[in-house]
Amino acid sequence: MAKTIEEINEKIKKGTVVVLDAEEIIEFVENKGLKQAAEKVDVVTTGTFAPMCSSGAYFNLGHTNPRIKLGGGYVTLNEIPAYTGLAAVDLFVGATAIPENDPRNRLYPGRFPYGGGHLIEDLVSGKDVHLTAWGYGTDCYPRGKLDTWINLNDMNEAVLFNIRNCYQNYNVAVNLSDRTIYTYMGVLQPKMRNATYSSAGQLSPLLNDPLYKTIGLGTRIFLGGGVGYVVGSGTQHNPTVPRTERGVPRTGAGTLAVKGDLKQMSPRWLRGASFTGYGATLAVGVGIPIPIVDEEILFYATVRDEDIVAQVVDYSNAYPNCVPESICEVSYAELKSGEITVKGRKVPTAALSSYARAKEIATILKDSIKEGRFFLTKPVEPIPSADSEIEFKFLKERTKTSENE
Amino acid sequence: MVKKRLVLNFPPHLIDRPVTYELITRYKLRVNILKARVTPKEWGRLVVEVSGNKNDLDAALQYASTIGVEIDPLSKGIAWHQELCIECTACTSICPSKALSVKRPEMTVEFDRDKCIACELCIPVCPYEAIEIQL
Repeated sequence: MAKTIEEINEKIKKGTVVVLDAEEIIEFVENKGLKQAAEKVDVVTTGTFAPMCSSGAYFNLGHTNPRIKLGGGYVTLNEIPAYTGLAAVDLFVGATAIPENDPRNRLYPGRFPYGGGHLIEDLVSGKDVHLTAWGYGTDCYPRGKLDTWINLNDMNEAVLFNIRNCYQNYNVAVNLSDRTIYTYMGVLQPKMRNATYSSAGQLSPLLNDPLYKTIGLGTRIFLGGGVGYVVGSGTQHNPTVPRTERGVPRTGAGTLAVKGDLKQMSPRWLRGASFTGYGATLAVGVGIPIPIVDEEILFYATVRDEDIVAQVVDYSNAYPNCVPESICEVSYAELKSGEITVKGRKVPTAALSSYARAKEIATILKDSIKEGRFFLTKPVEPIPSADSEIEFKFLKERTKTSENE
Repeated sequence: MVKKRLVLNFPPHLIDRPVTYELITRYKLRVNILKARVTPKEWGRLVVEVSGNKNDLDAALQYASTIGVEIDPLSKGIAWHQELCIECTACTSICPSKALSVKRPEMTVEFDRDKCIACELCIPVCPYEAIEIQL
């Protein structure tokens, strides 16, 4: 018997809702069977905590007296340059921004100790940050310079707005070359001496709703320790990739854009990260509830690590040179065991996405729902799925097309 | 049987002398070389775990010291700060001595200081500055 989201919310209000996390549901369904479990369970919670580079935040600083126009000017926060191409005192800071004087990879491999992600973590921690600004001065915004300290409480709005989070599946990275390489998948030792992966597997939000049947624009989520919303599919959303029989993508596929009030969030779930030789970023915690409206939705949410496969990709050549080549396919059960077999050789594995923290997020979300503090939403708009005609494009470098042609 | 972790600093003039060989043959020590850096005309540095009979070990260190080797205990160690760690496990596949490992099925990180050989490979691997060299 199908349930509606309204009925589930009614149960949350009454305190009778049944919630399990995406790990617990596996055994529950094995014992009870899909039909009985779908009647009993109302919500399955998921979670993920990993570096997500296309994250950032926008801020409204409040006007100075006399007024300054930062739009078109220059602004740094703890030396991190902010994007100012907006109105007078609105700013955007991206997770990978780094100070102008950071040596980057000139001292290879660079350490990138402080970036936009660290700034966001500091702000969420309640710390004062150093603001310097230069504006060009206008009749209505005459002030030219600003040098002050500011924290999150001083600002009118502070909103985390991530244009691509929650990658649905990801590559497994190895290095076939004979030198150590420094990548966004971590330090990869030569001749395939280690392999790294980055997904929470059976706990990961989009792997539990592989065809985006419940998650869409308007879905209320756990974001960075506070409440957030899905605001659509993220950039590089690529739902038309090959999938397993269960509909689970075999490679990186769907993504989400999400937003939430930064003032509610916590540094435990927004952590600045430094990837040696690569850059700075932000680890983001996201948890998404899946309303178990029918057996089909429950079936998708029972996905296990052994059902999810990922492609092993060489980051010394295939990845940088866009060679669409997978060395082999491995399951998350194998990846999580600590060792995979690639080309007949045993390779130790390690994750960049924290499974332990993903589980903690799924548990926090479960408890919030059970305690009547978190209600589910019905998406306003679905996100494009496997039947869409989305094509993932590489940039074609070319000359300007003549307007006469 | 006594076991010690030591840093042996070799002055340049000892480069031709097989000191480790003498520690093994004359003093019957078991020498496990954890890390070595030997460059001509510079001080060499050998991080070793030595074990053997207490009298032999004392005599061996006396001998090494007499010929000019400077001996320090391996006090430099790696500290893992659990409160900074997000349990991603990135450090575990790079750790040669399995001092950093994964506890399953929880998938949390564990650090066994006794197994650590202070090779420092984990330092650039941790994105969260949760691992630190302690001097």
